[in-house]
Amino acid sequence: MSDTTNTHPQLTGAEILWATLAGEGTTTVFGYPGGAILPIYDALRKFPTIHHVLVRHEQGASHMADGYARASGRVGVCMATSGPGATNLVTGIATAMLDSIPMVAITGQVSSKVLGSDAFQEVDITGITLPVTKHNFLVTRAEDIAATVRLAFQIATSGRPGPVLIDITKDAQQASAAFDFEAAAPPKARPHPMLGTALTAHSPAIREAVAMISASARPVILAGHGIMQSGAEAEVLAFAERLGIPIASTLLGLGAIPAGHPLSLGMMGMHGESWVNHAIQEADLLLAFGMRFDDRVTGNLAHYAPHAKKIHIEIDPSEISKNVRVDVALVGDLKAVLQTLLPWTGADAQARRPWLDDIETSKGTVAVRDIQNLPDNGHLYAAHVINDIWREAVAAGREKETVIVTDVGQHQMWEAQYFKHEAPRSLVTSGGLGTMGFALPAAIGAKFACPGKDVWVIAGDGGFQMTAAELSTIVQEGLAINIAVINNGFLGMVRQWQEAFYDKNYSASPILSPDFVMLAQAHGIAGAHVSQREYVTETVTKARTSGAAFLINFQVEKEDGVYPMIAPGAALHEMVRRPHQDPLLETAEDA
Amino acid sequence: MLHTFVALVQDKPGVLARVASLFRRLNLNIVSLTVGESERAYISRMTIVCEAPEHAAHRIKASLYKLETTVDVDEVNRAEAVVRELCLLKVAAGPSMPHGAQSRSQIFELANVFRARVVDLAPESIMLEMTGSASKIEGLVQVLTESGYQILETSRTGRMAMRRGHHTSRVVKALGFNAGAGAAQRMRGPDFEEKPSSDEILPNEFDDVHEEEREL
Ligand SMILES: Cc1ncc(C[n+]2csc(CCOP(=O)(O)OP(=O)(O)O)c2C)c(N)n1
Repeated sequence: MSDTTNTHPQLTGAEILWATLAGEGTTTVFGYPGGAILPIYDALRKFPTIHHVLVRHEQGASHMADGYARASGRVGVCMATSGPGATNLVTGIATAMLDSIPMVAITGQVSSKVLGSDAFQEVDITGITLPVTKHNFLVTRAEDIAATVRLAFQIATSGRPGPVLIDITKDAQQASAAFDFEAAAPPKARPHPMLGTALTAHSPAIREAVAMISASARPVILAGHGIMQSGAEAEVLAFAERLGIPIASTLLGLGAIPAGHPLSLGMMGMHGESWVNHAIQEADLLLAFGMRFDDRVTGNLAHYAPHAKKIHIEIDPSEISKNVRVDVALVGDLKAVLQTLLPWTGADAQARRPWLDDIETSKGTVAVRDIQNLPDNGHLYAAHVINDIWREAVAAGREKETVIVTDVGQHQMWEAQYFKHEAPRSLVTSGGLGTMGFALPAAIGAKFACPGKDVWVIAGDGGFQMTAAELSTIVQEGLAINIAVINNGFLGMVRQWQEAFYDKNYSASPILSPDFVMLAQAHGIAGAHVSQREYVTETVTKARTSGAAFLINFQVEKEDGVYPMIAPGAALHEMVRRPHQDPLLETAEDA
Repeated sequence: MLHTFVALVQDKPGVLARVASLFRRLNLNIVSLTVGESERAYISRMTIVCEAPEHAAHRIKASLYKLETTVDVDEVNRAEAVVRELCLLKVAAGPSMPHGAQSRSQIFELANVFRARVVDLAPESIMLEMTGSASKIEGLVQVLTESGYQILETSRTGRMAMRRGHHTSRVVKALGFNAGAGAAQRMRGPDFEEKPSSDEILPNEFDDVHEEEREL
């Protein structure tokens, strides 16, 4: 370093941090100040290209960084002070970890001289976040900051992405060192050693896969989040079209393939549509693209896709045969693997026509009891609300310019079923961790990532209250975010499980809420109550075109259920349909 | 079954916690874990023995590689590796012992049979040092106990393993593979799966070195 001191500026550690973040392309940081990170906040004013968003709770900061990353594909950055600030970030970091989201979290730490002494607001945040980060660092010297931050960005984005935390002691923020952005570049990322050398057309695994594909009459592609992570949307579609293979999506895979595409089946799994799950159970070949056979998509493993051979294309070798034994593993970046595979597969789309026809027929018979077919009977169903939000966007020609950010619960599943996602990254949702309270802050992140898009929060009355304080952040930042609270007076998903498995013992699931419209108004946000379907669309249009934040409280059926549903332990095809005696169906023609 | 992994990791603070945390996360019990210097600067070598289902090895190895601090991982099959443990035993041996004045000479004899060394003599005790397979060590402990000697203290290092033959990580690198290709090669290439020829094997003083694993 000594020879560079002359040519490179001496900066404080705090300045080096901002300069390096700026160098990595960061323009927005979500955070909250405190004692151990004050030097960093003090230096912020010298970096006008970076906008800092003051959150209302640090959990909001990590969800915002996460939402920013999901909506844009770029690294989300959040920061917090030591101790309680750092621990408040943890839920958002874990949420990002479970869904492989590239994020860099910066925390202030007490001075290195007092580390380990239980100093004021000292907490071992690298210890705490060890199992929920891809990697983390403790930095105690100013001269290590630039290289650490650059390495953190590399780790967060390379291979299977994930969150990286950097804990920086206060003395490192205050000390000075020479700053040389170029010299701080990390060595080339080490690929996971078990990726082996790049797959080529001559690799035995590729040849085996090609043979299996051409031999299959009833293949299904399982489309996961990895498609978007890899940027392989076009390759997946080309592959599916060339071979005539239908595509089932995971929750996080929605949008990778346009929902309206003739080969797109919809969502698989616990609340997947029954024809999708039936297709998987009857398939003779599953092609898993960047998905990890989570228990929510497989149902009972012993009965999962019993006739199917499995080909798994996956970047993380530790996912291979973790839950489901696969016959061929193509370990690598999905886009590159598909590019290798594609030329060797014969274009025989017609050969699968009978299979596609079978699936189409099963759609016809099982979709009948769909709530979508209910006439407007004076009740407001969440499914209708969500479907109408989608229709409104389509009517306005905005469906590809709309990002829906959901919370966790019934409304999340209805969203996945009834909003037809046409564009990648148009759904932002917490899948792996299923974090309530995610939607509102993540939507703030998504709006910063895509200011030109219509961003909708769809949240339950329970989850919305977990992070409702961020309404204030929306106002302070002047963000035009639309908020749909699906208000059923219950922790709906919990209530549904209690109805199905606990004898309707609604223990701690009824929830009282404030008047959400008044709550919004108290923040200076306009709002409206809607309890009848006829007003849904016009209110949605009003919100979308208002040019400012807008909250709609949708007062929906209290005891509605998400169907189909696979009970825990049941096989994928053993779906529970909406019950015939469902009082909600009383006015339906086929009741 | 027992799996033995040899991992080369960066010698940085907290690395042990990262490895231990991984095993805890995978809900695997670590039977023994040893850490020490390796032949490479700034790289520590760990031998991790854990109890896990047979098919879990791939995932454990792949997960170890996911730690940013991991440089190299090798699962060593016991037939291909020398596995050793060091043990210090403090045995009560004084005039008040059952064998009285004879006790010392009898302990010397037993130690000799097991190739243990006497490393400390005190008026009331003897300290033995023994290197060997876990079963050898347990054999000595058993014989001492059955002969009426009281073991006052036991300290065992846990197992260390090293692949037999020439194919150490350094040699693999010297042969011109980079880390990634080298690992891939080891997974597939027959050269690296082959048992070493007999002239590659150093004389082994413990022929029954693997008997404990057969028992399990
Ligand atoms: C932080 C957190 N706590 C608890 C849960 C468990 N949980 C999953 S869904 C759910 C109910 C959600 O209720 P609400 O937000 O009203 O949405 P709804 O299901 O009614 O659409 C609960 C409590 C969770 N996922 N996350």
